[in-house]
Amino acid sequence: MKKINRDSRVRKNFHQAKWDEPIIFELSQKGERGILVPKAEEDVVGVVGDGVSGIPDHLKRKEHPNLPEISQPRVLRHYMRLSQETLGADVNIEIGQGTCTVKYSPKINEMLAKLTDITELHPLQDESTVQGILEIMYKTGVFMNEISGMDRFSFQSGGGSQAVMAMASVMRAYHADKGESRTRDEVITTIYSHPSDAAAPAVMGYRIIYIHPDEDGYPDFEAFKAAVSERTAGFIVANPEDTGVYNPRVKEFTDLIHSHGGLCGYDQANANGLFGVTRAREAGFDMCFFNLHKSFSTPHGCGGPAVGAMGVTKELEKYLPAPLIDYDGDKYYLNYDICRDPFNIGKVRMFYGVAPVVLKAYAWIMALGAEGLYEVAKVAVLNNNYLFRKLMEVDCIDAPYIKGKQRVEQVRYTLQKLAEDTGITTGDVQRRMMDFGMHYWTSHHPYYIPEPMTLEPTEAPSKEDLDEYIETLKYIIKEAYESPEIIKTAPHRSVCHQVDERTLDEPDEWAISWRSYLKKAKDKG
Amino acid sequence: MKRVGFIVNPIAGMGGSVGLKGTDGVYQKAVALGAKPRSSHRSMEAISVLSDLKEDIEIITCSHEMGEDEAKYFGFSTIVVWHNDSMCSSEDTIAAAKTMMQEDVDFILFAGGDGTARDIYNAVGMKVPVIGIPAGVKIHSPVYAKNPTKAGELARLYLTGNIKRLQEVEVLDIDENAYRAGHVNTKLYGYLKIPYERNYVQNRKAPTPFSETASQVSAALDVMDNMQEDVLYVVGPGTTTRAVMEQLGLPYTLLGVDIILNKQMVALDVAEKQLLGLIKGKKCKLIVTPIGGQGYLLGRGNQQISPAVIKQIGKENIIVITTKHKISELRGNPFLVDTGDSEADEMLKGYIKAIVGYKEQIIYPIRT
Repeated sequence: MKKINRDSRVRKNFHQAKWDEPIIFELSQKGERGILVPKAEEDVVGVVGDGVSGIPDHLKRKEHPNLPEISQPRVLRHYMRLSQETLGADVNIEIGQGTCTVKYSPKINEMLAKLTDITELHPLQDESTVQGILEIMYKTGVFMNEISGMDRFSFQSGGGSQAVMAMASVMRAYHADKGESRTRDEVITTIYSHPSDAAAPAVMGYRIIYIHPDEDGYPDFEAFKAAVSERTAGFIVANPEDTGVYNPRVKEFTDLIHSHGGLCGYDQANANGLFGVTRAREAGFDMCFFNLHKSFSTPHGCGGPAVGAMGVTKELEKYLPAPLIDYDGDKYYLNYDICRDPFNIGKVRMFYGVAPVVLKAYAWIMALGAEGLYEVAKVAVLNNNYLFRKLMEVDCIDAPYIKGKQRVEQVRYTLQKLAEDTGITTGDVQRRMMDFGMHYWTSHHPYYIPEPMTLEPTEAPSKEDLDEYIETLKYIIKEAYESPEIIKTAPHRSVCHQVDERTLDEPDEWAISWRSYLKKAKDKG
Repeated sequence: MKRVGFIVNPIAGMGGSVGLKGTDGVYQKAVALGAKPRSSHRSMEAISVLSDLKEDIEIITCSHEMGEDEAKYFGFSTIVVWHNDSMCSSEDTIAAAKTMMQEDVDFILFAGGDGTARDIYNAVGMKVPVIGIPAGVKIHSPVYAKNPTKAGELARLYLTGNIKRLQEVEVLDIDENAYRAGHVNTKLYGYLKIPYERNYVQNRKAPTPFSETASQVSAALDVMDNMQEDVLYVVGPGTTTRAVMEQLGLPYTLLGVDIILNKQMVALDVAEKQLLGLIKGKKCKLIVTPIGGQGYLLGRGNQQISPAVIKQIGKENIIVITTKHKISELRGNPFLVDTGDSEADEMLKGYIKAIVGYKEQIIYPIRT
């Protein structure tokens, strides 16, 4: 067989599927049908009624919903085309989405989650008919206790941000229980923790106090001391932060919070390099959460099915969202006893958590075991530091803080020199990377590190993958110095296109939905 | 037809090329050391971008190398309203800009450095939008585009109606004599209005959901909602502190110090002596904002807030209001104070909670 001669690993001939697929409403043809829903049988109607007359008139819609009229095969083709226009986890080398811990998720776990035993479950089934999934959820909770040192887990939160919200809710309940909820109105976090660590408690009415890093990139302990007071409800922080810098003095931080009566919540979204190395309990945290959809095998899918597995110490168990899953020696059951506590935070989401996501995490942990989890952490850190070392050899790439030391599982780099030399910004590089089938991420806003680039390789990529990513970045940097226009006008081979950013920062000009945009436009006249 | 004022400071940047860190007052020395003019070339780079708008704009300019030569080189319709046959001075720039205002220009494009921006500010204030073509030694003022081509492109976008947003930006300058002696002594002189497009100006702001103006309003609302009754609030200069006054619906002085009590105006634009009299024996708080990119909280552009005023108010009663973007622009450098009184500076050192949004604060270091 003739081998294709490649002069480098860079996929110069990559081309993403790209066309102007209409939205499904544009495909609608009047009278075209996908499914004709049959009328209910008369004997069924006789028992349950017609299904409509029982609905109060004020809740009935006055007009038919504006849904597209389209046949099944056309729907199928439409979504198949759209699926081909994505740059998904199974298409590109997922190194570039720093902080997202996008890793290869074993396909066998996906197969398990697709078994009808799982897909046909309903959360309102009688407990006796769902003993299998309850057992899996219970045992996954036990695993999580071991991994974190916490005493009890809830899988109810539908993602990391919701888990932060649940942690902040527990803080409020705890202080209310002690009669201090009115006086404790501040939550402390750091600027390199995930923005949700500030946003969720802010939504609950807390004043947010940010800690800036010191010269080495660690949260400034002197600033922290100035922040903590009797008004402190708690401290919510990631460690390592998004810079990949691990704060070795974290126990001093949690001790100081406790000495002032506050609680500590650990955002473990960056836990991939810590399995079997450190635990939330020993670092002095009262609560923590893991993203099962990131660190534990489920693909991190565009805000798709997710679980923010939240754990607490025994003292805080009574505040967790109900129900918890328990085992009485004979059967597994949903335990609502904690609801009786007047300070219980109540539900944060319907039911008990996304069952297939918990199942995949269970399967992943069972396959790896304790030694395997530790191996995950070691390889993730090794991969990251290989990438780090190689990229630091590139003249225009730098990484602020702790010079000469290793990072944990990710690094926030800066391309400031590249921008100064060539005018090519990190946003330009981001778009150009898509031309080679690669994701690339900059940073949360604002850019405390100028022209940022955040890469997190996880344990999944091989050395070959890492080298391809490095070579591609180097190729683009060379382009930046020799032919910057090709980067400025990128992407050229991707379905994505350049966005006019001019009004993105003006709240009067944008909206989070079409309907709210129309309302804003109407209000503005 | 749009009327575009065009001013070139022909000696801008000459001091820098021979290591003089500026050209103010040392032009002859710079020439003696072999300095060559550079701003004419840079301003031509900028104005060339407007070439295809020749039929739509009229250039109102100064004689010879102060704009006329550069504009005519590209064939623009040119009206000379300021004649100068000798070396260009600061007074020339100011007089030329004032004359252009009388000629009803819609917009001014000028080439120079921080000193030139200061002159434009003295003549124009915020009456018409301007864009600076960076040609000087010192470019601290965000009124300047990132490079001459960007200045031309920004002007083009504005003149063709593709940018409608204007932004007030700080006019900063450093004391060149002090700078030559190794001290960076930045001062806030005022504000100019520029057409705002993120990718074109100095200190490019990354796209965030909140513009700088919206962030200022968010922080201002926090200050406003936490104002205490029967406490005097001394409001220092700046666009961020101005947002507080705007939210309260009160008049203000952008560069002055204003006093309010129970959300009502007490005094506008007070000097140090008046300020000391007003706060004597009263409960009061001071609202200040750092200078963008520099971090000076006190001692630069707000000298009315003297060491005596600061000592009387006390550090615990100082409210710092800023935005996350301004904090990120400091690149980890601390807030600075240089009140001229070591005792006051010492008192201010340490950490302070700065308001960066509604119910959002950052603990930030203060150094001298």
